Amino acid sequence: MEIVRNFPALSIVMCMVGAILSSVLPKKLTRILNLLVITGVMVLSGFVFFYTLSNGSFVYTMGRFPAPWGNEIRAGVLEGMMAFFFGLIMFLSILGGRRHFDIDVKKSRQNLYFIMTNLLLSSLLAMVYTNDLFTAYVFVEINTISACGLIMVVQNGRTIEAAIRYMVMSLLGSGLFLIGICILYDITGNLLMTPVQNKIAEIAADPARTYMVPLVVAIALLCSGLAIKSALYPFHSWLPDAYGYSTVSSSAMLSSLVSKGYIFLLIKIIYRVVGFEIFKDSKIINILFIFGLIGMIAGSVKAIQEKDIMRMIAYSSVAQIGYIYMGFGLGSEAGMVASVFHIFSHAATKSLCFIAAMGLRDASDGSKKLTELTGAGYRNVLAGAAFTVAAFSMVGIPAFAGFISKILFAQAAVGEPVKMLPTVICLAISTILNAAYFMKTVLRLYSKSDAEYEKVNELKHPVYALCLVGFVALNVALGIFAVPVVEWITMGLGMFS
Amino acid sequence: MFSNILANYGEIIAMIIFGIGFANLLLQKNMIKKIIGLNIMDTAVYLFLAEKGYITGRIAPIIVDGVTDPSMYINPIPSGLVLTGIVVSVSVTALMLALTIKMYERYHTLDIDKVSTELRKEGL
Repeated sequence: MEIVRNFPALSIVMCMVGAILSSVLPKKLTRILNLLVITGVMVLSGFVFFYTLSNGSFVYTMGRFPAPWGNEIRAGVLEGMMAFFFGLIMFLSILGGRRHFDIDVKKSRQNLYFIMTNLLLSSLLAMVYTNDLFTAYVFVEINTISACGLIMVVQNGRTIEAAIRYMVMSLLGSGLFLIGICILYDITGNLLMTPVQNKIAEIAADPARTYMVPLVVAIALLCSGLAIKSALYPFHSWLPDAYGYSTVSSSAMLSSLVSKGYIFLLIKIIYRVVGFEIFKDSKIINILFIFGLIGMIAGSVKAIQEKDIMRMIAYSSVAQIGYIYMGFGLGSEAGMVASVFHIFSHAATKSLCFIAAMGLRDASDGSKKLTELTGAGYRNVLAGAAFTVAAFSMVGIPAFAGFISKILFAQAAVGEPVKMLPTVICLAISTILNAAYFMKTVLRLYSKSDAEYEKVNELKHPVYALCLVGFVALNVALGIFAVPVVEWITMGLGMFS
Repeated sequence: MFSNILANYGEIIAMIIFGIGFANLLLQKNMIKKIIGLNIMDTAVYLFLAEKGYITGRIAPIIVDGVTDPSMYINPIPSGLVLTGIVVSVSVTALMLALTIKMYERYHTLDIDKVSTELRKEGL
């Protein structure tokens, strides 16, 4: 089974080749190729996952040069899981949003969209697998550019403004990230994660503490750069427009994949570059904690005020990103596990929200306004049921994915005497606010309305129906079979150090 | 402390320029000025890397006269990073300019805040 060691690199290269081929192939073939590439990635990362489960993590040398000079890829249980999950969500999002994609996107631009999705997947995989800081930076930029392409594929005034605001914030983030890497390179003399970590351990153990200040500055720059890019609360201004006005597949992918990729990179940097203990001892962790808590509440409050269903779901993402950073801020192994689990559960739930909202809008003459959606749950039974499942999962009803992540956060908070009270209070308030706007929407979907819109029979769109069923199954599976998933996450985080 | 500042004046200038570029990218309303800010910011990073990577009196590691003593040469990696960074910066700048052209064609202004107010009026 030694051949599995080649699979991470192979899956990245496969996506890039797919992107290049997409530019020359005819439209029909491009779609098939895109789905084939994503399926291939899922299969390959499944192999990586099972291989690392029994054999432990491995490092794969890119090119002929060994450790301190060459470039490396590293794969463990968590990387395999992430890559598989990213592939799965992307597959379901693209298929689920296809009906609107044909309406929203001009025929001449459809190939370009698939170039962008393939590039997005390759950059996500590279961010997940890489063991080199500068490679991570380059793929962060590729990810930004392809995400901008996903927003811009529908061309109206809103998306142009959203794309510009997204680019400006992202570039500020990548500027900070780049200078952070440069400072780290200057004090450690390496770019590969393992030697950098050894050097940082020496720096921290040095009694004179000569390079302690630059080290803390570098960690702060890396954290704030990636926090801006993943829309942590005060930097979220670009998010609702970007998620709210593009085509549905793009919204689902942007909310559940792009921001999660940056967060996973940050986790990798915390464990593999800085070292968890040193990160915990720096004061930065408290800042992430506080912004996470504020984001949890502020995002939900904004979502309550929103009258547009897409923007409401988008603001809810701000709150969920707050949860993830709050888990980092707890500074314990359990908090990290909860955060990683929340990455999975939020990705599965939020993309389901967007895809189900699309079906509800179809049953209300394409309107995005919440008032127009009254009674849409009767007009489109399947989408209504799927949105209800997503809402239950977001609020944290048992048997769905969101419940497990909330209980993990609460358990993690109990282990931290000082941070326990604020965490639990904010968790409770945020849950109530979540319930306020999601349950309000669900009730609206199932109340009688005078408006006469045509019923939509989803059995006529079997692909869309299957995608909804797939997403619902994923949510329930994460909620019910949470124990092995949590075990794998703990095992994967253990392999990092 | 003061001797450190004198010895590392290049890095300090790079950091100040980085701050100027960052503030311009964040605060300017005009898109072209924003993009100029972006380029200033990226260039400051390259100045920082070049300043760190160069050691006075040494040359680039290309062996021409058979000298293999590593103390004669500088580390080539920072220069390599600068080149990679320039490539990334150029492509991002091109994308930003393309977006700006799109915006100008539609709203006949370069001011992003004006576009936002316009959009609110349209009530899209």
